[in-house]
Amino acid sequence: MKIFTRFGEFILMIKGMFTKPENWRMYWKELMHQCVELGIGSLGIVCIVSVFIGAVSTLQTAYQFVSPIIPRSVIAQIVRDTVILEFAPTITCVVLAGVVGSKISSELGNMRVSEQIDALEIMGINTKAYLILPKITAALITIPMLVVLAMTLGIWGGRFVGEVTGILPHEIFDRGLVEAFVPYNVKFALTKAYTFAFIITAIPAYFGYNVKGGALEIGRASTTAVVTSCIIILLADYVLAAVLL
Amino acid sequence: MISITNIAKGFSDKPVIEGVSAEFETGKCNLIIGASGSGKTVLMKCLVGLITPDAGEIIYDGENFSHMNDDAKKIMRRKIGMLFQGSALFDSKTVEQNIMFPLDMFSNDTRGEKQKRVDMVLDRVNLNDAHKKFPAEISGGMKKRVGIARSIVLNPQYLFCDEPNSGLDPQTSLVIDKLIREITTEFNITTVINTHDMNSVMEIGDRILYMYQGKKEWEGNSREIIFSKNEKLNSFIFASEFLKDAKDMRMLEVSGKIDEKRNMDQLLNG
Repeated sequence: MKIFTRFGEFILMIKGMFTKPENWRMYWKELMHQCVELGIGSLGIVCIVSVFIGAVSTLQTAYQFVSPIIPRSVIAQIVRDTVILEFAPTITCVVLAGVVGSKISSELGNMRVSEQIDALEIMGINTKAYLILPKITAALITIPMLVVLAMTLGIWGGRFVGEVTGILPHEIFDRGLVEAFVPYNVKFALTKAYTFAFIITAIPAYFGYNVKGGALEIGRASTTAVVTSCIIILLADYVLAAVLL
Repeated sequence: MISITNIAKGFSDKPVIEGVSAEFETGKCNLIIGASGSGKTVLMKCLVGLITPDAGEIIYDGENFSHMNDDAKKIMRRKIGMLFQGSALFDSKTVEQNIMFPLDMFSNDTRGEKQKRVDMVLDRVNLNDAHKKFPAEISGGMKKRVGIARSIVLNPQYLFCDEPNSGLDPQTSLVIDKLIREITTEFNITTVINTHDMNSVMEIGDRILYMYQGKKEWEGNSREIIFSKNEKLNSFIFASEFLKDAKDMRMLEVSGKIDEKRNMDQLLNG
């Protein structure tokens, strides 16, 4: 029963975000602030994760390709498709669920416990609209951009490692990259990115916004938010793959 | 004036406040006192709309707050200022930004006019050198004063203070009390204060509402409280021997018999 109650509360929270802003300029300022916080703030970790994922993909794919019949350029095709279809959107967003999710949850939880949310309510501000909507919107703007960056860096990481280790010269890797390329895969990856962006901001926002208690509960809410976001990302990943591919 | 009629609120079928009715007068410091868990904070949160009461009506100068829709409540709340127990300052903003925030959100004034207003309220709470400091860099008393400055920056008609003296030393408490009293009379605000600070009760209690186990137990002013025969009130207010003695002295002082007692004491002590 608790899961239905929480789902109902979540829907009401989302519904409550859509009211006319008290001051458009202040909401815009908050949105820009969140774009910097979520987007620029996550840039470093996304770059590191994606380069290594691409590099490891090249090494492991090459390791499994022992047959001389299969051309080496197929390694690049596999790296490209796995990075675009799965690693860039899913792994990046699972990592971001930890980074961004815990930040959002603890920030809102702290604001709730220290009565800052109540102070905003007293001023006549719709706190759901002012505190949560800019975070979700900022994620919907920046996370797909980060996923595109992760795709690029992932493939570059694979190409770089192939060249450096001598497994796959870059001429062959580049040839493999354009062979049998399906543009729909990018569209599919972006669909996943938008879905996951919503999940990794809305769910932690729900847990943070509804914290009751003190510091201990903020920590608990943060952990629950990250775990729930990761599970729902994996679930959504499967559903999207089953429906859209 | 704020009138409340038969306010009731419970959580998980457990009543927290039951049938509380009262009137909070304009230009006066209206105190809600009571032991911890007596329902003071819940009553105040009902008054400002942070909690919806299960029953009863809240009327702000003829406007029924209980029957307002969310939009009307939002507009009404712009006439309300609130000082929270922990000050509730935005910790990522400086003192100046904290006070500027309501102006940025709701005022169409120019930047210069807003800055003038911020300087004016900070001066009013005697904080002229804290503009660029963050809440973490200032003392508890200063935080309360910033909280007061933020709550009055939009010229509210109603000011709510939830335990304004909690965590403060007696001297700073007096400063905060004096400030609240001055602001109330100067701007003719209806001020409602939750407290269990006995200094506040005696110094600024124009009207006092004593809550006991979620119900209104006693109502009066700081003069009447001295002569009250209500046992629950007396055991709450004058809990220590020191306060009981202070009460006796105050009673004699108010009834003009203090000199008589002093003479008697001198005689007895030789």
